[in-house]
Amino acid sequence: MNKRSLWSGPYILWMIGFTVIPFCMILHYALTDRDGAFTFRNLLAMFEPVHLKAMTVSVEVAFFCTVICILLAYPLVIAMKRLGLFGKSYTILVLILPMWINFILRLLALQMILSNNGVLNHIFSILGLPPHELANTRTAMMIGIVYDYLPYMIVSIYNSVADIDDDIIEAARDLGAGSLTVFFRIILPLSVPGLLSGIVMVFVPSMTSFVTANIMAGGKIQLIGNIIEQEFITTMDWHLGSGLSVILMIFVLLSMAFTSRNDPDYGMSKIW
Amino acid sequence: MSDVILRLDGISKSFDGKQVINRLDLEIKKNEFVTLLGPSGCGKSTTLRIIGGFEKPDEGCVIFEGKDITALPPDKRHINTVFQKYSLFPHMNVEDNIAFGLKLKKKSRSYIKDKIEYALGLVNMDGYGKRMPMSLSGGQQQRVAIARAIVNEPQILLLDEPLGALDLKLRQKMQLELIKIKKEVGITFVYVTHDQEEALTMSDRIIVMNKGIIQQMGSSKSIYDEPQNAFVADFIGESNIIDGIMKRDCLVNIQGVDFECVDVGFGKLEPVDVVIRPEDLTIVKRGEGYLDGTVISEVFKGAFYEIVVKVSDYEWLIQSVNPAAVGSIVGLTIIPDNIQIMHKPISEDAEVIKDE
Ligand SMILES: Nc1ncnc2c1ncn2[C@@H]1O[C@H](COP(=O)(O)OP(=O)(O)O)[C@@H](O)[C@H]1O
Ligand SMILES: [Mg+2]
Repeated sequence: MNKRSLWSGPYILWMIGFTVIPFCMILHYALTDRDGAFTFRNLLAMFEPVHLKAMTVSVEVAFFCTVICILLAYPLVIAMKRLGLFGKSYTILVLILPMWINFILRLLALQMILSNNGVLNHIFSILGLPPHELANTRTAMMIGIVYDYLPYMIVSIYNSVADIDDDIIEAARDLGAGSLTVFFRIILPLSVPGLLSGIVMVFVPSMTSFVTANIMAGGKIQLIGNIIEQEFITTMDWHLGSGLSVILMIFVLLSMAFTSRNDPDYGMSKIW
Repeated sequence: MSDVILRLDGISKSFDGKQVINRLDLEIKKNEFVTLLGPSGCGKSTTLRIIGGFEKPDEGCVIFEGKDITALPPDKRHINTVFQKYSLFPHMNVEDNIAFGLKLKKKSRSYIKDKIEYALGLVNMDGYGKRMPMSLSGGQQQRVAIARAIVNEPQILLLDEPLGALDLKLRQKMQLELIKIKKEVGITFVYVTHDQEEALTMSDRIIVMNKGIIQQMGSSKSIYDEPQNAFVADFIGESNIIDGIMKRDCLVNIQGVDFECVDVGFGKLEPVDVVIRPEDLTIVKRGEGYLDGTVISEVFKGAFYEIVVKVSDYEWLIQSVNPAAVGSIVGLTIIPDNIQIMHKPISEDAEVIKDE
């Protein structure tokens, strides 16, 4: 081993201690029962109705949250580009500012806003609108998740839109493209790498954001993350929890591989 | 009916309070090859971008075929641009790049196919249709960019230093090809360059700009032979530019010696700029010319010798087919026709740029 690679030592130790060993332990738990005998039961448990339902809900929630993030992020990024805010040091700062506040604090604040006699309903009543019971609903949970992960989507898309040369956009306009054509024929296809990494960064954690589900949905909605949490913390069935985790991991890896396979040119390098 | 296709009428433009174009008037005729020539930063690109619709002028208007198009966005103008950095769409192959404008105009499939084939042939890129831009050399990318613009049959093609990124050999080859393409398609070309040789080679008409102001317009020959001010003389080709005093019509005093010339209409004893091209000076024996000086350098340039002769504190540049020994004292002579007299610039805008 040469001297330079020694510098990566601390990181490698960290990875071994906190990723590789735990992963092996999870694999071990997942493939054994309480008596230590080999079994597939913990893995197959994913297909029990209650787990399958949680998985379906998780995928649905993650899917819609991802779509909402995309729909919010693109117009913002395009507007920023139009206004010439790209490359200014403060823009990225403003975008990632929310990430500096602990996410549980952010969620608690959001909960206050959405609660039945919170700020939102107060505004509704001033406007003469009927109150909305958003607290502890799936909508509230999704608002929380979008709020958590939107910055990742924005930053990913921002980075790849920033890479698009102004000249290319001007060339498209020169050849007769209006704003919509420029977006769909130039900006969107050229920002696919950022979009894909944004999707992965939002979709995957959305599926398992059990803390957000607990706080924003008041424990009424079970994401697959909540089930796994309960197996470990409440039921203390580490074998079942590990089995579900392994299946979830396989699902996530497959969907990431699928996402990047659709974009063989640039996808992989940016996501991994 | 006039054959003016485009008119710029009193265009001004500033960026961050800095005046870049200053009340510019310009007429471009149908089928003309016009070149905007000037040093870097003089506002050539900005002028072109105003014609293309990418910048709005602060003042003045752009008249295209008699209609005011100042407020029209680029996608609504019958004008196409070839950018300096090629700016091909990196995610589309050559064919799709060329077809981009035609598809937006909803042309038929067979029309587009024919056009692509024609355009690829025109720029010598037959068979490259399926290649991606990244896999092409700079020169090839620029050819595709030209094809992509030309298939739209614009009334005017704008070219902003299109050969600027290519090496000298390729640039010279492409200059000739561009002239050929221009002849074949019969489109008005407005060309931007800071390279005076390129401008002299290609243009029907050259517009010399400096600091957002037009210094002179005219054919290559008239710009070269009769520069109207010291800036133009200095920028176009190499020149000796020296202070002189007009004694009377047809007599100018340079370095204390009276020279016969052909210029009239200057004030008596008016200080003037005198421009003499290096190839117009002839080296003769000491005492047989107007001036005597010492040869301080001699460089063989292939077709001629470049000789510098120092007369008191001015170093004359001379191109001569005969060599001259460094250190020897020689005479310099010139025929009156080849002396250009110019008024001193009134504003600093027309000031000679010193050697860059
Ligand atoms: N979008 C812009 N914002 C600010 N300054 C600009 C902009 N475009 C051009 N300029 C300035 O205007 C001047 C002229 O630029 P340009 O027209 O590109 O010159 P040229 O093409 O002759 O080199 C330069 O000083 C340049 O810095
Ligand atoms: Mg320029």
